[in-house]
Amino acid sequence: MIAHFGFGILLIAFFVTLYATLTSALSKRETPQRAASMVESARRAMLLTFPLITLASALLIYLLVNNHFEVQFVYQVTSRSMPTYLKVTAWWGGQAGSLLFWSWLMSAFASLATLRNWERDREFLPWVILVSCFTLAFFLGMTAFFENPFKMFYQTSDGVGAYFFQPANSMLFTPEDGRGLNPLLRHPGMVAHPPLLYLGFVSFVIPFAFAIAALITGRTDDRWIRITRRWALWAWLFLTFGLVFGGRWAYDVLGWGGYWGWDPVEIAAFMPWLTGTAFLHSVMIQEKRGMLKHWNMLLIILTYDLVIFGTFLTRSGVLSSVHAFAQSAIGPLFFGYIIITFVASVALLLHRWGSLKAETEMKSLLSREALFLFNNLLFMSVLVVCFWGVIYPLTSELFTGSKVTVGPPFYERATGPLFAALLFLMGIAPLSAWGHSTLKTLGRALWKPAIVAVAITLALYAFYTRNAYALTGFFLVAFVVSITVYEYWRGARARQKSKHENFLAALSNLTKRDRRRYGGYLVHLSIALMAIGILGIELFQIETQGTLEINQRMSLGGYDMQYQDIARFTGPDGREVTRAVVGIYQNGQFLGNLHPRIDYYWDAQQAMTIPGQRATMKDDLYILLVNWEPASASGATFKIYVNPLVNWLWMGSLLFFAGIAIAAWPEKDRERAVVKASRQIHEAGAAK
Amino acid sequence: MHPLLWALLFTAMFSLTIYSIAFAQGSTPTDDEVNQIAKKLYCPVCENIPLDACPTEACRQWRDQIREMLSQGKTEAEIIDYFAATYGERAASDPRDKVKAYLVPIVAILLGAAGLVSALRKWRKPQAVRPAASASEAQPPAQMDDYVARIEEELRNRD
Repeated sequence: MIAHFGFGILLIAFFVTLYATLTSALSKRETPQRAASMVESARRAMLLTFPLITLASALLIYLLVNNHFEVQFVYQVTSRSMPTYLKVTAWWGGQAGSLLFWSWLMSAFASLATLRNWERDREFLPWVILVSCFTLAFFLGMTAFFENPFKMFYQTSDGVGAYFFQPANSMLFTPEDGRGLNPLLRHPGMVAHPPLLYLGFVSFVIPFAFAIAALITGRTDDRWIRITRRWALWAWLFLTFGLVFGGRWAYDVLGWGGYWGWDPVEIAAFMPWLTGTAFLHSVMIQEKRGMLKHWNMLLIILTYDLVIFGTFLTRSGVLSSVHAFAQSAIGPLFFGYIIITFVASVALLLHRWGSLKAETEMKSLLSREALFLFNNLLFMSVLVVCFWGVIYPLTSELFTGSKVTVGPPFYERATGPLFAALLFLMGIAPLSAWGHSTLKTLGRALWKPAIVAVAITLALYAFYTRNAYALTGFFLVAFVVSITVYEYWRGARARQKSKHENFLAALSNLTKRDRRRYGGYLVHLSIALMAIGILGIELFQIETQGTLEINQRMSLGGYDMQYQDIARFTGPDGREVTRAVVGIYQNGQFLGNLHPRIDYYWDAQQAMTIPGQRATMKDDLYILLVNWEPASASGATFKIYVNPLVNWLWMGSLLFFAGIAIAAWPEKDRERAVVKASRQIHEAGAAK
Repeated sequence: MHPLLWALLFTAMFSLTIYSIAFAQGSTPTDDEVNQIAKKLYCPVCENIPLDACPTEACRQWRDQIREMLSQGKTEAEIIDYFAATYGERAASDPRDKVKAYLVPIVAILLGAAGLVSALRKWRKPQAVRPAASASEAQPPAQMDDYVARIEEELRNRD
């Protein structure tokens, strides 16, 4: 009954979005008065989708939490033994539910966008509604007709099957227990990772919607960019955090000692991040210099379609085999949708090509706009590598029939130099001026931080490492950090002198005065910190594996580990836990115990290897229990990793958050503040 | 040299050779040596998990096979070739055909770079006509710290 109700709500929501799409599209042909009421009607329809999808989702959560295994989706992703919070997060733990979750977030963001103040740009409204409702309609349609989370099991004469409606001569079929959530997803990291990633995905739809609105209305000045700047920044933040949380989850759960395996699913989320990052940088050129208007449009179109492409890659099964793609309706539908939206958007862009001419010209190859162009080239190059790495196995399978694996070595080789060049640009670009820079002006700003960076690198060479890659990487990081810190210091000093403030006040006022710039610097700083972590684990990770008897020891990277005890017991949710106790020593000193374990989930028949970890800023000791059989007396097999500096990666991400929050926190609307101030003056004048 | 010394030397060398052959074939390679190679392989079933980290029984058997091949004196390249030949190219983490794998992205990136260079050239052309103007524009007022000037100028550029 509840499932039918949920299905009904889903259908209504789908038709409401269709209505909003069509009404806003058709409003253009009508008289202005009628058009205005049509757009208003579409806007209200748009606003209605959020409560509708919320209700459908609430019903689904009710079914999940209350073990309604007669519903196929509930059967697939939950089981009786799962704790309640995991039953709730199972909402996005399977195909059908995650598509509904996507729609729910999308409608929340579209509603937020339609609730903003439209006074000054009402002509954008119908087209923003059109784009967001069209996107929403696609996802809702997919959920309602192809991947419906409310389908139920019925027993017919042919056996048990899942249906929308009860077939004739059938009975409802309720399995005793569900299959349970994929054990890999039963982790707090998985509670945070998909929502953040999806938030990032859907919030990039809003800037895209405004871009399309600008193209349709012909209002191709940078108004659309100014409106969506904060949306894009928050979208970028969510996406970045989605990626970071995904990495952290992989590190804690997948048991291979790393956080990023260049897996196609990871790359699917990374690609829109790349174009989004390029977009955030290149819109600044448009705002300051009136250039690159075509390019920005293309970047946001690409970002939108990569968002859909990312969802397509992870949802259609195309990655496991090209042929799995054709088996479900989802794959071809997604594929068609991507082609249609991409072609339509690019056609629109070509249609407005002439009105997007640059207002100024490039004067110097070292000007900030030129450096930003190089930055864009590098981001796009990384994108090309990633895209090809994902596509190549698919084309190979399609054309030659043989599957190929494109693993980490390919990506590391191809993107390594590109990332290094990006770090270098990140260092020098903030020092070059808009419009014009010469080697002389740049050199004058650069030499002090450059000396600091060289000194740090020499010290590292003397005391830490002789690895050329590592030294190059650390030099670049030191370069970025010293430039950024120097910039802050110089800005604050200059203010301190001219305004006679103390240093801290000068620092904070400086940041307040241009939050975008100094927030951006913090983000750069955080990327440099994250780079330290990445360099550490990529270049200096060491590992060893061995089988130990009780009380035997094994050592790696200055740590000694002693196998002390092992036990096997049944966990609260029915999993079988094999948990070892190992003592950790450094220079003979006892540091504490770690508990690597293997969790075996009977319901899903899958094992998970959970590491015992000891984290410091210097390195992580990461111990896995690889194998232990109670019957054999040959001891337990352990694998130890020492991951140097990896915690800088997680720390860096916190700073990243601070930087974006400073840059994107809503500010009082300046224009309205001016209007208000002038009104006050006017009123004061009238009172006299 | 004394014939006895010769005989001793000969015996020593012979036994050393025998010993080293026996050692190469008979010793069991360590887990680390096995993992070093397993890292570069993927089994066809467990998607995207490198063989050295995969906990399934099938992957354990593959690792045992690597161990056996190592103890037979096979090199890393030979073992990877064997797995790629037996289980398909996808077993190797790095594409076998390097040209096919790398050509497309390299060409695409070069094309992008060429496009950027030509765009920059086109943009810069008008400047050649009046190079003096831009140079004088960039000169900061003499009495101001040029950094303050830059900050001020950028703040002015803000909307």
